[in-house]
Amino acid sequence: MNKQLMRGSHVIAEAATRAGCRFYAGYPITPQNELPEYMSARFADLPDATFIQAESELAAINMVMGASMTGVRAMTSSSSPGISLKQEGISYMAGMELPAVVANIMRGGPGLGNIAPTQQDYFQATRGGGHGGYRTIVLAPCSGQELVTLTMKAFDLADTYRMPVILLGDGLMGQMMEPVSFPDPIDPADLPKKEWVLSGARGRDSRLIASLQLDPVKMEERNWKLVRKYDTISQHETDFESYLLDDAQLVIVAFGTAARIAKGAVNRVRGEGLPAGLFRPITLWPFPANPLRSLAASIKQILVFEMNTGQMIEDVKMSVGDISPVHFHGRPGGVIPTPVEVAEVITGLMR
Amino acid sequence: MAQQVFKRPESLKDNVFHYCPGCGHSIIHRLLAEVIDELGIREKTVGVPPAGCAVLAYNYLDVDMGEAPHGRAIAVATGIKRCRPDLVVFTYQGDGDLAAIGTAETVHAANRGECLTVIFVNNGVYGMTGGQMAPTTLPGQKTTTTPGGRMALRDGHPLDLSRMLALAAGSVYIERTAVTSPKHIIKTKKAIRKAFKVQMDGQGFALVEILSACPTNWKETPIEACKRVEQVVATQYPLGILKDATHEPTADNP
Amino acid sequence: MKKGFIKIDSQRCKGCGLCVSVCPKGRIRIAEALNLKGYHPAEFQEDEMDKKGRCNACTLCALICPDVAIEVFRE
Repeated sequence: MNKQLMRGSHVIAEAATRAGCRFYAGYPITPQNELPEYMSARFADLPDATFIQAESELAAINMVMGASMTGVRAMTSSSSPGISLKQEGISYMAGMELPAVVANIMRGGPGLGNIAPTQQDYFQATRGGGHGGYRTIVLAPCSGQELVTLTMKAFDLADTYRMPVILLGDGLMGQMMEPVSFPDPIDPADLPKKEWVLSGARGRDSRLIASLQLDPVKMEERNWKLVRKYDTISQHETDFESYLLDDAQLVIVAFGTAARIAKGAVNRVRGEGLPAGLFRPITLWPFPANPLRSLAASIKQILVFEMNTGQMIEDVKMSVGDISPVHFHGRPGGVIPTPVEVAEVITGLMR
Repeated sequence: MAQQVFKRPESLKDNVFHYCPGCGHSIIHRLLAEVIDELGIREKTVGVPPAGCAVLAYNYLDVDMGEAPHGRAIAVATGIKRCRPDLVVFTYQGDGDLAAIGTAETVHAANRGECLTVIFVNNGVYGMTGGQMAPTTLPGQKTTTTPGGRMALRDGHPLDLSRMLALAAGSVYIERTAVTSPKHIIKTKKAIRKAFKVQMDGQGFALVEILSACPTNWKETPIEACKRVEQVVATQYPLGILKDATHEPTADNP
Repeated sequence: MKKGFIKIDSQRCKGCGLCVSVCPKGRIRIAEALNLKGYHPAEFQEDEMDKKGRCNACTLCALICPDVAIEVFRE
């Protein structure tokens, strides 16, 4: 398969199109503007596709909601402050059990923060993000090629489980150019039929898609039904990468861009004879708690490395309990640490 | 043999309305159902109800319906219509929904000329939440958040969003009517019918603003409230066509 | 002269009185009895009680009824 050199934001857009996405609505925000730009040009050539530059992030996510009601594969993208605005729609879609893909190319925060790459939205993404106690599947790619596979997988997961799926990248993932190859595009007509869509009540009873449920007993039932769905996802969809773990005494846990840096650091300290390895969660929710817990029993210590002040570390600590000491190294604010810096932290812990 | 000359429309479910006595919402629901029946579009219509008293509109209208967050009905409807242009898509929104929290969505959908039918019910208060001030509340009108009456300099002026929307290049048909007397109800039905036809002919954005009474929150009898709409509210929001840029479809200009 | 009559579903009716206000013949009144929801529903007055003229099935009452509680028949 031919490889082409592409920017991360473009890769997401192309992969989404090849996954059969035919509706995109978004609002400009740095550092993800290349994604809607690519989409606007790509969809112009597809007669069955709609691109809308919306008047706001709120409008965009709600347009995606409407598109999803018709059964079309739909997505939006944004960066941190814009994702906060989209939480209203994401909560509604969780309640209505509507599929959608939302890409968050994270930047510095809180507030307007800056436009540099960070991982400061981990809590927001993995805890639902909006009101009402729901979950979204959260996928964290760490390379151009993984942007292809995880973007396409995001649409499958969204349809399978009828829920929003978050693709959590950062400014570096979105801007970096890497060689990638794409699978053949999926024809939306070949996707499994959705039996719940709004299509006009022809030859059937009229249909309703709504999150409102005024009866507390029925609302409680629906809440537990969602939890059962989330349990199923936790059992079947957890994904992670292991790197040099067989003989590792220290395991660094990192995701996305931080994991790339961590991998460099692991290679570096291995060169000095220090047995370190990398555990990289690919699904941030569901978090790969069980494999990490099993791993913790055979190692001496864990180092959590994030481009924030410490968010995933809470999931790591919940996973391993007292089995293994958990250290932390974080660089928030858009500072991109080097493998040398992280290697020094590892060395300090192991010596 | 007696012939029935007025009966329940088929697109209206048999459920008893939850609305208060004298509420205009249920009249408008019935008119919508009648128009949908008469146009023969029940099987290809999708509605988007608002947050507010009419949030349960789907308990009454027997068509496919999809919920929207407060103010976002037109954005949701845009997503539906763009993906399925063959469907007839309408939103049903109150004044708070359309003219306060959803102002941006409304203005920009009109400006893009989204091919939608918007039913905008203006009763000058937030009914469901207990009668707070709406963007359309009249000067001096007492509400639960303007207990001394709305003061323009403190609380803002009544907002005539329909008139603003008429300025948007993408809007095609905008009319203001009322459901306070049989005469006005007949006019409202005609306007709703036209707003659906505009969409079905692919002409663009169509909106009917309907002045409606909220006797409960106005603390008036239904008869007093209807009179107030015609004698007071309609002076602030004059009835009639605010914009009609419709054309007879031709081969060149469908 | 056209003759007509109406049927009011007294359980749907909430006694708002709008039909009473629009009937050109003054043929509708609010009942003294309550319905199951606790409203005094509107009721159609039978011919013998009325001196103002017969119902001509003009449908004004049904047009304004917010609860679609009125059916109109023409004989």
